[in-house]
Amino acid sequence: MSSVSLEKIDIHYGKVHVVRSLDLHIRDGEFLVLLGPSGCGKSTLLSAIGGLNDVSSGKILFNDKDVTWVDPKDRGIGMVFQSYALYPTMTVERNMSFGLRIAGLDRATIDKKVTWAAELLQITHLLDRKPSALSGGQRQRVAIGRALVRDADIFLFDEPLSNLDAKLRAELRLEIKKLHKALKSTMIYVTHDQIEALTLADRIAVMKDGIIQQLDTPLNVYNKPANAFVGSFLGSPAMNKVEGQLVADNDRLFFEAGTFRLDVSSYPFAQKVEAARKVVLGLRPEHIVPANGSAPVIEGKVSLIEPLGSSILAWSVFNGINLSHMVGQDDGCEVDHPFAVTIDVQKASFFDVETGWRL
Amino acid sequence: MTRVTPPTIVVKRPLSYQEVWGRVGIYAFLGMLALFFFLPAYVMLVTSFKGMDEIRLGHIFTLPQQFSVDAWVKAWTSACTGLDCTGLRVGFWNSVKIVVPSMTLSILLGAINGYALSFWKVKGANVLFACLLLGSFIPYQVFIYPLVRVYAQAGIYGSLPAIVLTHIIFGMPVMTLLFRNYYSGLPVELFKAARVDGAGFWKIFFAIILPMSAPITIVAVIMQVTAIWNDFLLGLVFAGRDNLPMTVQLNNIVNTTTGERAYNVNMAATMLTSLVPLTVYLVSGRWFVRGIASGAVKG
Repeated sequence: MSSVSLEKIDIHYGKVHVVRSLDLHIRDGEFLVLLGPSGCGKSTLLSAIGGLNDVSSGKILFNDKDVTWVDPKDRGIGMVFQSYALYPTMTVERNMSFGLRIAGLDRATIDKKVTWAAELLQITHLLDRKPSALSGGQRQRVAIGRALVRDADIFLFDEPLSNLDAKLRAELRLEIKKLHKALKSTMIYVTHDQIEALTLADRIAVMKDGIIQQLDTPLNVYNKPANAFVGSFLGSPAMNKVEGQLVADNDRLFFEAGTFRLDVSSYPFAQKVEAARKVVLGLRPEHIVPANGSAPVIEGKVSLIEPLGSSILAWSVFNGINLSHMVGQDDGCEVDHPFAVTIDVQKASFFDVETGWRL
Repeated sequence: MTRVTPPTIVVKRPLSYQEVWGRVGIYAFLGMLALFFFLPAYVMLVTSFKGMDEIRLGHIFTLPQQFSVDAWVKAWTSACTGLDCTGLRVGFWNSVKIVVPSMTLSILLGAINGYALSFWKVKGANVLFACLLLGSFIPYQVFIYPLVRVYAQAGIYGSLPAIVLTHIIFGMPVMTLLFRNYYSGLPVELFKAARVDGAGFWKIFFAIILPMSAPITIVAVIMQVTAIWNDFLLGLVFAGRDNLPMTVQLNNIVNTTTGERAYNVNMAATMLTSLVPLTVYLVSGRWFVRGIASGAVKG
């Protein structure tokens, strides 16, 4: 069990400033996901936590103990890599026991630990095989097993599921979640896949350009994105973004973009906003619902539909604004036909045009 | 809906009349070319099995009338180099004594260098590597005199250690290059995983990296055995009288100016000398290609 604190971490690669003055506290037993597009510095940060990359400045604390310059093996970590990184010349059993053998544990203890991990991950029947004789999913299980046997306090996952196909990914995702529940260890998980982040994390740190944009629970990150980047990075299908301005009219506040006009009086602005302010409206497709008669209705014309299976994603033009919105299979949404929707303003997001930060 | 594509069936189309003759032409040409390039080897081979009487007739392409292995035996056991008539045997064993340690050590050092350069990313590693590479472009003849002086100072000039050391030094750039390029194709994460597992510099090298190096090691063995075995100049200069390699001895046999030139013995001696690299090629040619092509091995 360990908590992890990062204090003012800076990482440079030559002239590139990969991580910028980053502070992050990860609680004991927490599942934290570092989420961001490729090149945002998330993997570099993870490597630094593992001790595989040097930090340029700042401190890394495990349980309030400074480990910034401690060797990886002495940090009490287990790490799982995207490319599995199994030792190709060793059998599964020897792969898993490699670290233990180096540590000089006796045969009985090693066997006990390997058996325990293998049973937990259901790879007991694979112990005598070489990695090349395993499928991708099995390889990643072995890699997780190799991290498990080390009795690590902190597990670091570097995009462990990115090389797997969609079905296996979902399966192993669940398994990692179960593992976290069973072991209660601190886990730090790097991914660019928002679904993984949302399903696994206790908290998500959304990163961009080496800076944490938002650190919050999955629901908060999804529902109340701190800025336009977070809003559009999370969510599939993606958030609609409309640039426009706020207009006050008879005690009510409206959002206007050309002829598109929306009453946004009920939106909970974080701070006082003045009228005529330029803003970006962020609307998730599922918050634009087919009109049900009670709320203000906006009429549009459907231009394209994408069936997603359980529901349909429709692209319609409302007063000159093109928005994607979710409709049910039975809502009678047809291409080139008019369609009426209601916009759930309370669940929308407003961002400042200049800074992109949430209003 | 995805449509199921029917499996493609490959049917070998019979060749047309023109194509058949085209093939015949190509193979005839290739065959002639092969024969042409084999000609010197053929002459050497038949000459080595002839007696001197037959050779004097001057029909260099005819098969031996009286097949005899005397020349081979003589080349191996009693050909004269100056006053010393002990054959190539001595040179052969000298060469073995030079090749084995030189090859082993230069490959090991090259592997360690390549490993350190591609995984440990020491500060200035690239500059170091550039210098090493530069070393492989400088003709080694220019180093000979300085090296002679250094060895003389160190008191090892004209000895087995001197020649072995020389081969190691001159083999280093290309061995390092070979292994570095091979290792930079391996996933770095392998190395990171090993570090998390607690393995140090040597443990990672011997337990993980070296076992994965079989294909490139075979390439290195072939290159080094061939290069060191075929070396003449360094052996002549540094090995000393007692350790002269087979190539130097061959030269001494062939270039003896007194009396009649024993062409059959010379040919046999030459064949004997080239037997080792030839065997290495024939045995491991398949591996050589595979090793060269396996730059992108997956972990």
